[in-house]
Amino acid sequence: MSRMIESRLTRRLVGTPPTLFLLIFFLAPFLIIAFASFQYPGEFGGLAPLTGHGNGDHGLTLENYQFFFSDFIFTEIFLHSLLVATLSTLLCLLLAYPVAWLIAHSARKHRDLLVLLAILPFASNFLIRVYAWMIILGPQAALAKAVNGMLALIGLEPVSLLFSPFAVLVGMVYVHLPFMILPLYTSLERHDPLWLDAAQDLGANAWQRFWRVTWPLSLPGVFAGSALVFIPVLGMFAIPDILGGTRDMLIGNLIKDQFLGVRDWPFGATLSVMLTLAVLALAALAGRAARQGRRHEQ
Amino acid sequence: MRKPAPWVYLAAAMVYGFLYVPLLIVVVYSFNDSRLNAEWVGFTMHWYQVLAADSDMLTAAGHSLLIAFTASLSATLLGTLAGLAMHRYRPRLLPYLVIGPVAMPEVLLGVSLLVFFIQVLHLTLGMLSVILAHITFSIGFVAIVVRVRLAGMDEKIFEAARDLGATPWQTFRWVTFPLIRPGVAAGALMAFALSLDDFVITFFTAGVGVSTLPLQIYSMIKIAVTPEVNAVSALLMLLTLALVVIASRLDKGLIRAAS
Repeated sequence: MSRMIESRLTRRLVGTPPTLFLLIFFLAPFLIIAFASFQYPGEFGGLAPLTGHGNGDHGLTLENYQFFFSDFIFTEIFLHSLLVATLSTLLCLLLAYPVAWLIAHSARKHRDLLVLLAILPFASNFLIRVYAWMIILGPQAALAKAVNGMLALIGLEPVSLLFSPFAVLVGMVYVHLPFMILPLYTSLERHDPLWLDAAQDLGANAWQRFWRVTWPLSLPGVFAGSALVFIPVLGMFAIPDILGGTRDMLIGNLIKDQFLGVRDWPFGATLSVMLTLAVLALAALAGRAARQGRRHEQ
Repeated sequence: MRKPAPWVYLAAAMVYGFLYVPLLIVVVYSFNDSRLNAEWVGFTMHWYQVLAADSDMLTAAGHSLLIAFTASLSATLLGTLAGLAMHRYRPRLLPYLVIGPVAMPEVLLGVSLLVFFIQVLHLTLGMLSVILAHITFSIGFVAIVVRVRLAGMDEKIFEAARDLGATPWQTFRWVTFPLIRPGVAAGALMAFALSLDDFVITFFTAGVGVSTLPLQIYSMIKIAVTPEVNAVSALLMLLTLALVVIASRLDKGLIRAAS
């Protein structure tokens, strides 16, 4: 009996501190943002009071959401962000697959080292990794000179590699690539090599073995990796901020501006709610796809 | 073992190159005797001397270390508890709370904490708000590493301890903790590295009160790029490299846990 009370007490002691901390510093702030999206902006930034005295807006409103849909520019920025996230995910997948495949098919003793080598750049500071591309794509660097030299040969105007959509895409892929390599590798590593032998014995060529056997079996890894790339890219503001031009604004930049630039918190909160909904929908989709993939595997 | 086709080797080698060449360029140009990061002129230690004399950068580095130390210590404590609770008691809510801050785009956590600190807690943004924010996103990483470590263990060990009359505390102190210690240490190092590295969430929660190394690097990149940035980058890379090596020595499963 005393043992049961004791174990209940232990359970409380272990579970409560982290739960309480995260309820306060993770869930509560999110709920407050959701609530703030129905408020008016304060006179000097921030939020307007809920109960008013004197002039100025107060109380709750749907105006922020109406404003979002009133101007197509906001939807356009959302769509542009989705496009950038899709392209980044596809490019990451294309680059990560051969690496993950190679690691999964290496001798066991080399695998951990190859994995470590793939995630090591990810351990260096995020800004440094973005900054590296400022150097490589910079107007005075060899790459820009070579590209513009070739463009000049065929009589075209020089282009700027830095501060362009291209630079943003390169930065996104570079920063998120390890997120794709790891889940792909863990998925590919589990495959039984006998399946491929069986396919070969049944007369499948290399392409058929990949497309009919390896690829479908790797789908859980593909979906997990895609979620890990797509979601952070969708909310990214720093890479477009550093590598992009003025026209490469994504949702993240728009949100940042509402909170730190024009200081319209309620509209920033509305944009945050929209982004959260998009992320949750995508996560649910990826989760479902991964579950179906796993069922496929069994 | 089926050997990959030659072109797979080539493609993978190119991707590894893509991962490393940019960082190598940053390091090489930190020794370049030119203000422009464009072509190699000659070897110099000048930018490291500039860095050593940059008091703003040094203050920021001090802040970063203090924040990383405090936040990783707290996150390790809370994260270990969370990992234990999730393994042992299968709570419903906690896994979502733990994964949420890790899985959400950082900008969302940043702005929601900004509003929460100012509007609800009436806190002046500074060291404290940054530390609280860093704890929030680090707990998940520690919890996941600890949980993975626990999942690989034989439950019978804990049952044996209980059957022999050990109290929950004794079981934890003499059985569970020694077994998960490498995971806890690796999680702590990870939390430290993440805190040291964080830009986005710090950007929203630091206000004008406190500057960290990433914030300082950001303002240099945005305003005036000099190879001093390369020098500080090279040193930071060295530091994180050391942390990663130590962490992977501590817990062989860490790399696996990270995926």
